[in-house]
Amino acid sequence: MKAKFLVPLLLFFGLVGFLAFGLTLDPREVPSPLIDKPAPQFSLARLDQPAQSFSLKEMQGQVWMLNVWASWCVACRQEHPLLVQMAKQKIVPVVGLNYKEVRGDGAINARGMALEAETAMAIERARRWLTDHGDPYVLSVLDIDGRVGIDFGVYGVPETFLIDQNGRIRYKHIGPITPEALKDVLIPKIEELRRAS
Amino acid sequence: MIPELGHFALILALVLSLVQAVVPLVGAQRNSMALMAVGRPAAQGQFFFIVFSYVCLTWAFIQSDFSVQLAASNSHSATPIMYKITGVWGNHEGSLLLWAMSLSLWTVAVTVFSRHLPDAFLARVLGVLGMVSAGFISFTLVTSNPFERLLPAVAEGRDLNPLLQDPGMIIHPPLLYMGYVGFSVAFAFAIAALMSGRLDAAWARWSRPWTTIAWVFLTAGIAVGSGWAYYELGWGGWWFWDPVENASFMPWLLGTALIHSLAVTEKRGAFRSWTVLLAIGAFSLSLLGTFLVRSGVITSVHAFATDPKRGLYILALLVIVIGASLLLYAMRASKLTGGGSFAFVSRETALLGNNVLLTVASASVLLGTLYPLFLDALNLGKISVGPPYFEAVFVPLMTPVVVLMMFGPFLRWKDDDLVAAVRKVAPAFVASVLIGFGSAWAVDHVTWRTVLGLTLAAWVVLASVQLLAGRFKERAGASVGARLRSITAAWWGMWLAHLGVGVFIIGVTMVGSLDQHLDVKMKEGQHAELAGYTFVFRGAVDADGPNYDAARGIIELRRGERLLDTLTPEKRVYRAQGMPMTEASLDIGVFRDVYVSLGEQLADGAWIVSLYYKPFISWIWLGCVLMGLGGVFAAADRRYRRLAAREAAAAGQRVAASA
Repeated sequence: MKAKFLVPLLLFFGLVGFLAFGLTLDPREVPSPLIDKPAPQFSLARLDQPAQSFSLKEMQGQVWMLNVWASWCVACRQEHPLLVQMAKQKIVPVVGLNYKEVRGDGAINARGMALEAETAMAIERARRWLTDHGDPYVLSVLDIDGRVGIDFGVYGVPETFLIDQNGRIRYKHIGPITPEALKDVLIPKIEELRRAS
Repeated sequence: MIPELGHFALILALVLSLVQAVVPLVGAQRNSMALMAVGRPAAQGQFFFIVFSYVCLTWAFIQSDFSVQLAASNSHSATPIMYKITGVWGNHEGSLLLWAMSLSLWTVAVTVFSRHLPDAFLARVLGVLGMVSAGFISFTLVTSNPFERLLPAVAEGRDLNPLLQDPGMIIHPPLLYMGYVGFSVAFAFAIAALMSGRLDAAWARWSRPWTTIAWVFLTAGIAVGSGWAYYELGWGGWWFWDPVENASFMPWLLGTALIHSLAVTEKRGAFRSWTVLLAIGAFSLSLLGTFLVRSGVITSVHAFATDPKRGLYILALLVIVIGASLLLYAMRASKLTGGGSFAFVSRETALLGNNVLLTVASASVLLGTLYPLFLDALNLGKISVGPPYFEAVFVPLMTPVVVLMMFGPFLRWKDDDLVAAVRKVAPAFVASVLIGFGSAWAVDHVTWRTVLGLTLAAWVVLASVQLLAGRFKERAGASVGARLRSITAAWWGMWLAHLGVGVFIIGVTMVGSLDQHLDVKMKEGQHAELAGYTFVFRGAVDADGPNYDAARGIIELRRGERLLDTLTPEKRVYRAQGMPMTEASLDIGVFRDVYVSLGEQLADGAWIVSLYYKPFISWIWLGCVLMGLGGVFAAADRRYRRLAAREAAAAGQRVAASA
């Protein structure tokens, strides 16, 4: 065996070292531009009392989470039991942002539907879903047309934003919350924020 | 029930792939015909079960069985049937199954078309392919089971990513995978040859058609993918140096080098260890590409689910497959020196030069793709490497490749006279430079890039004409038909593929130098001007599809008073995911495309419209078609069939003699 023929193998092992290390990094951690910025202001109708609206001010002074959900979202169903459990254990208050309840659902053609009719339908569907699966939310608000979702940079449901006492977004979780993500990331971050105040 | 059957069939396929990986190799080592003979039925049985499994998965999509997690996440009851079928591979799990299926298809093709190979050699080839297959099927089953149930079932699925709901996406992944995976055959031949210590001209001859066909698939796959990006992503770009594109481009570059290296090994017996290394490298880069795309190590616009567990599994697979083959190479390669010697001025040198350049190009793409990862690993910050790096590296590397590519065929094998050869091509070369400057001046765009691009393109075309004329003159006196017939398919293949490179360069240069772009706000009845064309906006109408809502802009394309075309770009929102999409509308021409896409609607009812003028862009794909066609010609050369027949006859005699 001549040494020069080992060169490709050695180069390859060097590459493998980097690739193995790469696996421990998370490229998706490239942060949302909104991290550490004040959460976008909004005022939306509450699901339980549509006549009343909810805005960020009401959560001032506490660490809380904004969870984006919809009844048509398959992955939300996956994370929901965990949210219900979190609510039982009173880990952190969670506000639900019901996102495009009607027009986001592929089974319904919402084009041309009057806004009132769409809102009524959204309330009906969303409430039924929470009755069926449990309501882990302090309250939910209705983002019928998805405009607030756009402000928050939502590109898929579910997404969860962790917001601090001063109304700043401190963390964004994309996709369903897993028990590991809750234990290893979210809870430590929540505790850190609470200590900081 | 049907998904469970599919799952079970996949497990059976895994068992058969393990049999195929072990038994024939043991047989080849012990020289046992009975054991070696197991390879062929094992491979064919494996193929049957994988196809069965794949059909079961497709069935779940067609039936909108949303108790299957994969169908629920990637299909929708209102999705058109075509996209239900293609949705099967528009995701991680399904595309792995497609990968395994195309590997199995290639293996079966080897069992069918390589009956004339020596038994021990074929047994080893099948054994190596079986190992790779076992690795991938077990990866699928262990980390990414496509038949995972979602219980209770959901009422409606999430639909396939709207970007993938496009005709181009129907054929792009299968073509690409056939190409990627096809290099596994060249790889298996090389490993089998290393194992047996028999690396000679015959080995190169057996590998050549397989490698060429895989290369044709890869070329077509990349071209279709780039065409899709061009009209589907809505801003007129055709290549983005995205990590996933690079993952397919690296094996293409190395595969191109491999094809040429195999030619030298077959004809002259030279470069043997180099050829083996390229065969290992091309397939390794295919595997590496799979790793990069599937592991989530590098982010990309191609959004696939990522999971570090999967990454670890593929990395382990990579280490075993590539590590073991490079180790085998290190142990055996010292025996491979020798072969036909050649002088500095010879066709071998030209081919070697280009092979080195293509390898360096491939390495530089790898470096650019992984550089962000290297920096991140060394804690030097997060960066991304963009087109400027790749363009800066690529132009200087490819310029000598193109010059040499057309000079090589004028040189004789083994030894040639430099002065005479240069004298032969000098007129064409000088004319090319003049044409380069002249045409850049004529289109009023004299930059060094444009001049260089047009010079190279002219050089390819002129040298091609001269080559053909030279070939024609060889048999002076014979009839035109006889002269044409005397040229082999392999030669036509070389000629066409090289000409394709020239056509490709024209497209890239022209579109890079002269494209024009304008974003305008338009209301009904308003018009805009670009590159001598007038665009009249006739308003937008509703144009809902089965699973999306859409607004369709009506835009008249006029030149002066003459109406050329009515363009209908769309802005779609796919209901299931609420995902907005732009559907560009094109007026395609030989010398230019006009490309229009619809942006947002503003509060006052006006629309943002993007207008593009893309000169010569279709030449990019025309060039790819010529290259691919060249590959088809080369692989179809009669001598492969003649040789196959002769070798089969010889093998028959040997058997008769030993009986």
